[in-house]
Amino acid sequence: MSSLRWAVADGWTMTRRDLGHWVRQPAPVVVSLLFPILLVLMFGYLLGGAIAVPGGGDYREFLLPGMFVMTMGFGVESTLLAVTTDASRGVTDRFRSIPMSQSAVVVGRCGADMLNSVLVLVVMAACGLAVGWRPHGGVGATLAAFGLLLLLRFAFLWVGIWLGLMVADPSAVTLVQVVVWPVSFLSNIFVSPDTMPGWLGAIATWNPLSATAAATRDLFGNPGLADGWIGVAVAWPLLLVAVFFPLSVRAFRRLSR
Amino acid sequence: MSVLVDGLRKRFGDKIALDGFDLRVRPGTVCGLLGPNGAGKTTSVRILSTLLRADGGRAEVAGFDVATHPMEVRRRIGLVGQHAAVDEVLSGRQNLELFGRLYHLGAAKARVRAAELLDRFGLADTGNKAVRHYSGGMRRRLDLAAGMILAPDVLFLDEPTTGLDPRGRNEVWDAVRSLAGDGATVLLTTQYLDEADQLVDQIAVIDAGRVIAGGSPAELKSRLGGDRIEVVVHDVGDLGTAAELLRKVADAEPERDLDRRRLSAPVRDRVAALTETVRALDAAGVPVEDIALRRPTLDEVFLTLTDGKVSA
Repeated sequence: MSSLRWAVADGWTMTRRDLGHWVRQPAPVVVSLLFPILLVLMFGYLLGGAIAVPGGGDYREFLLPGMFVMTMGFGVESTLLAVTTDASRGVTDRFRSIPMSQSAVVVGRCGADMLNSVLVLVVMAACGLAVGWRPHGGVGATLAAFGLLLLLRFAFLWVGIWLGLMVADPSAVTLVQVVVWPVSFLSNIFVSPDTMPGWLGAIATWNPLSATAAATRDLFGNPGLADGWIGVAVAWPLLLVAVFFPLSVRAFRRLSR
Repeated sequence: MSVLVDGLRKRFGDKIALDGFDLRVRPGTVCGLLGPNGAGKTTSVRILSTLLRADGGRAEVAGFDVATHPMEVRRRIGLVGQHAAVDEVLSGRQNLELFGRLYHLGAAKARVRAAELLDRFGLADTGNKAVRHYSGGMRRRLDLAAGMILAPDVLFLDEPTTGLDPRGRNEVWDAVRSLAGDGATVLLTTQYLDEADQLVDQIAVIDAGRVIAGGSPAELKSRLGGDRIEVVVHDVGDLGTAAELLRKVADAEPERDLDRRRLSAPVRDRVAALTETVRALDAAGVPVEDIALRRPTLDEVFLTLTDGKVSA
């Protein structure tokens, strides 16, 4: 077999290792599915009544695309946790001492996390449909919206891999948990940036999370929103990948220094 | 040579980890790398197992240069690091099948090999349990099994028994003996002289990044004066009489420690020396508080070696 085919085969073996985790220890996966649902219910029903929806309409219709984006952001945590757990227990070193395709360590992580994100989005969408969210933009636009969400997740994947290789300590995940929340609130996920003080609103508008949220709202056909964000929602993740993919490769190579 | 190392150098920032490290390990033998924390044991194993790149020097494992042919080396080695580097969530069997597939055995062969190894390392009954429910000794044995998937020419074990209880240690020792019995070359690092004593054919003592002494365990011990007998008398006034008696059974002049009322002397025939000393002290009516035979400790090995009394 050629080295490329081994890279794919070994990467798939590593992805299947994670799928094995889902079966043997389903609790973390179930929690990662239930937590966003809990947030939808909390914000949709407890706080939503007090929040003015830009362009009018139902708050839950406004909230759901934002929640999709936020769960993609949570993905940094699961990637970081997986990478650091393997590094700290010496499992990464074992893989590196095996005559396998060395890229498979990262490719497998990528496959597993992307599959997990698809699963999370399916469950979130079902939950959204149950609380009154509807995609109004047709099949193509809806699929494009989910494509943008997965692109954002793909970008965060490399942020998580890079951070994980740099810190190599599973307890660092609490730091990411602490950061994810303010970054999520400093966006258009829950409220329109127009309601914030000017400079804060400007930061919130240009948050990569906001770009994807605005673009998906556009594609889902939410009323009364500015369009033109789809390009930004493609550009931001590509920029993140352009920065963090080479950094991750470098960090992986540096393990042997 | 299964392992051939010439003048290996490695530095981490300001800290020099390896400073001209040399080693030769003959095929089919067990070599123990003995040294305190920070001596460079783990660094040398990581370089030999292709995990780290050296700054200078040359290392060949199973006939291949680790720097220029890492994949060839990886095909011929097994590595068991300081952690039990196995997947905690998966079962023992799933772990071995996973590693088997990554060694490119194919699904069917990986399954067969996993079953063989579980059987061999006494994990057949618990093979389907998640590793997080394993005892420390069981994890280590699974770790060893994972290092044995391809029946490696050279097996590296980095402090294989650190953190294990005596029972777990015995389990691992048995496993290592059985691997060596199959003809694999084993390089193991340890901080414990008794562990080296139990397992190895050849010891290399490492300190500050270089090998400062080498030889078989028996050779090293005889160079260090071997076992010692220690007597603590009740009255400091009896120390002279006791020293007189001890001189007759000892190989050298007994050392006196007045503060602790203790005498210490090297002996060759352990049991005969002990019985004779007890008999003589009893006959002379010297009240004794403690009497014991003692192996040289690793501390003493280092003190002796770094004092320059013994040279490699």
